Amino acid sequence: MTIRGAAYIVGAFEHPTRFAPDKSHAQLHAEVAAGAIADAGLSKADIDGYFCSGDAPGGLQSLLNYLNLEVRHVDSTDIGGVSPIVQVAHAAEAIALGKCNVALITLAGRPKADDVRTGTTPRIRHAAAPDVQWEYPYAIPTAVSYALAAQRHMYEFGTTSEQLAWIKVAASHHAQHNPNAVLRDVVTVEDVVNSPMVADPLHRLDCCVISDGGGAVIVARPEIARKLNRPLVRVLGAGETTKHQAGGKIDLTYTGAARTGPIAFAEAGVAVSDIKYVSLYDSFTITVLLQLEDLGFCAKGKGGAFVADGNLISGVGRLPFNTDGGGLCNNHPANRGGITKIIEAVRQLRGEAHPAVQVANCDLALVHGTGGQLATRHGSGTLILERE
Amino acid sequence: MQPTGRAVPAPHPDAESQPFWDAAAQGRFLIKRCTSCGEAHWFPRTLCPFCWSDKTEWIEGSGTGTIYSWTVMHRAKPPYAVAYVELAEGPRMLTNIVECDLDRLHIGQQVELVFTPTSGEDTPPVPMFRPIGG
Ligand SMILES: [Zn+2]
Repeated sequence: MTIRGAAYIVGAFEHPTRFAPDKSHAQLHAEVAAGAIADAGLSKADIDGYFCSGDAPGGLQSLLNYLNLEVRHVDSTDIGGVSPIVQVAHAAEAIALGKCNVALITLAGRPKADDVRTGTTPRIRHAAAPDVQWEYPYAIPTAVSYALAAQRHMYEFGTTSEQLAWIKVAASHHAQHNPNAVLRDVVTVEDVVNSPMVADPLHRLDCCVISDGGGAVIVARPEIARKLNRPLVRVLGAGETTKHQAGGKIDLTYTGAARTGPIAFAEAGVAVSDIKYVSLYDSFTITVLLQLEDLGFCAKGKGGAFVADGNLISGVGRLPFNTDGGGLCNNHPANRGGITKIIEAVRQLRGEAHPAVQVANCDLALVHGTGGQLATRHGSGTLILERE
Repeated sequence: MQPTGRAVPAPHPDAESQPFWDAAAQGRFLIKRCTSCGEAHWFPRTLCPFCWSDKTEWIEGSGTGTIYSWTVMHRAKPPYAVAYVELAEGPRMLTNIVECDLDRLHIGQQVELVFTPTSGEDTPPVPMFRPIGG
C-alpha cells in the first residue's frame, strides 16, 4: 500500500498579514481555513478531516469547537514546525483508507504581536520531560541549538560563514518580488557576515524572521480533485521521522532528512535529479545546508560549495528554493514555517508563483521540514509533489 | 556571583533522576552504565537506551572530556557558552562551559567538571565544565 497518487492538494492559502495585534490566534486559524477552502472551490461542509499541531490554541478540540467543524477524522501530530508537512502525508493515508475525503490542515500564530523571541530567549517548556530536565538549566534557546550543529559542520567539512550567507542572499533575491515579505531588500554575503553575531557561528541574518499569520492547505481524494477547476497537484511520496540524542551518541552533522529523503524518493519513484524546485525549512541558514546534503542534492560535507554563487536563486542557479523568500525573508508564522513550505511548492507546481521567480515547467517539487531543536530532538518530514 | 554570570534555574529531579541530584548535592558526578551491554549513556535512565536492559548501575564519572561542539549566546547579557562535551566515558552531554575565555573555545578542547550552584533554595548544583589549565 502506498500514498502515491492517493490524494491531491486542492487548496492553499497564506495569510497576507505579518503583524496581527488586532486579531486573535484562533481567528487567524479560521481566516486561513476559509482562504484555503475558497481557493479549492469547495465549501466548509465538504471538510470531513481536520489536522492541526502545536500552534493550535487549546489544541484540536478547542479549534474544532471554534471553527464549528464536525469531522470524522482528526490528527494533531506535533513534531515541531514541520508538522503540517507530515500531516499532508497523514491526510493522504486517511483518504487512501477511506477515513475522510477532504482534509483541512491549518497553522497560525502571532509571535510578533506577542513579542515571543523564541530564537534567542530560553523558554522552559515541559521542564519535567525526561530529557528537557537535563537541558533547561543550561539555557538553550533555538538559535543555540542550530549554532551547535553549524559549528561542528564547519569543523568537520570546512564550511564557511560566507557559504552559509549565500542561502540568505538567495532567499532575499526571491523576497524582493513578494509584497508581503517581512524583509524585501536584496542582501549580499557581506551584509550577512557583517550582521551582529547571535550564536557563533550564526549571525542575525542567518536567522529567520519572526512574523504573525499562518496558512492552510486542503487535501482531497482524486475524484474530488478532478472535479475542481484548479491545476492538479498530486502527492507522490513522503517520509517522516525524529532524530535525537541517541543515548549520548548524537552526531550533529546530519538531520532526520537522511532517513526521510530515501523513503520519500522510493515511494514517489523519482530521483533527486528529477526535482525542479525545493521548499526547504529555513529556520536558520544551516538548516537548509544540512537538509540539502541529507536529501542527496549534494554529498555530505559539500553543502557549502553547493549553495554558493547563487545556486539556489531561481533563474540563476541549478536548484531554485523558497521562491517566496522563505522563513529567512518572507514569513515564519507561529515560529513554525511548515505550512508556508507546502504553499509555495503548490504555487510553483500550479504555475502561480511570482513571474520573476516561477520555475519553468515546474512539474516536480520537494518539500522538506525540520521542526524543533536541531541539536537535541527534531522532527523531519519530506513530501514529494507532482503536477499532473 | 554565579560563575556563568546568570541565574541557573534549579534542576527538576524525578524518581529516576533523584540519585543523580542527591550525589550532585554532595559534589559527586554520576553517570549510568549498562552491565548487560557495557555501554555508558547520557542522560541517565533506568533502562539502558541501547539494549533496554534494566541492569544499569550508577558509576562515578571521571568528570573530564573534550568539547564536541560549542557556541556562545551573544544576545544574552552577559554572553554564555553552551557545548556538547564528549565525556571520557563516551557519551556526549549538553552543558555550559564556564570560567573560560569565550573567544578561545574550540572543538577538541579538554575540559573538566565544575558544579555550579542553582538559584533555588536548597537545590542541587548542576554539572558544567571549564577548560583544563584555564
Ligand atoms: Zn545496555
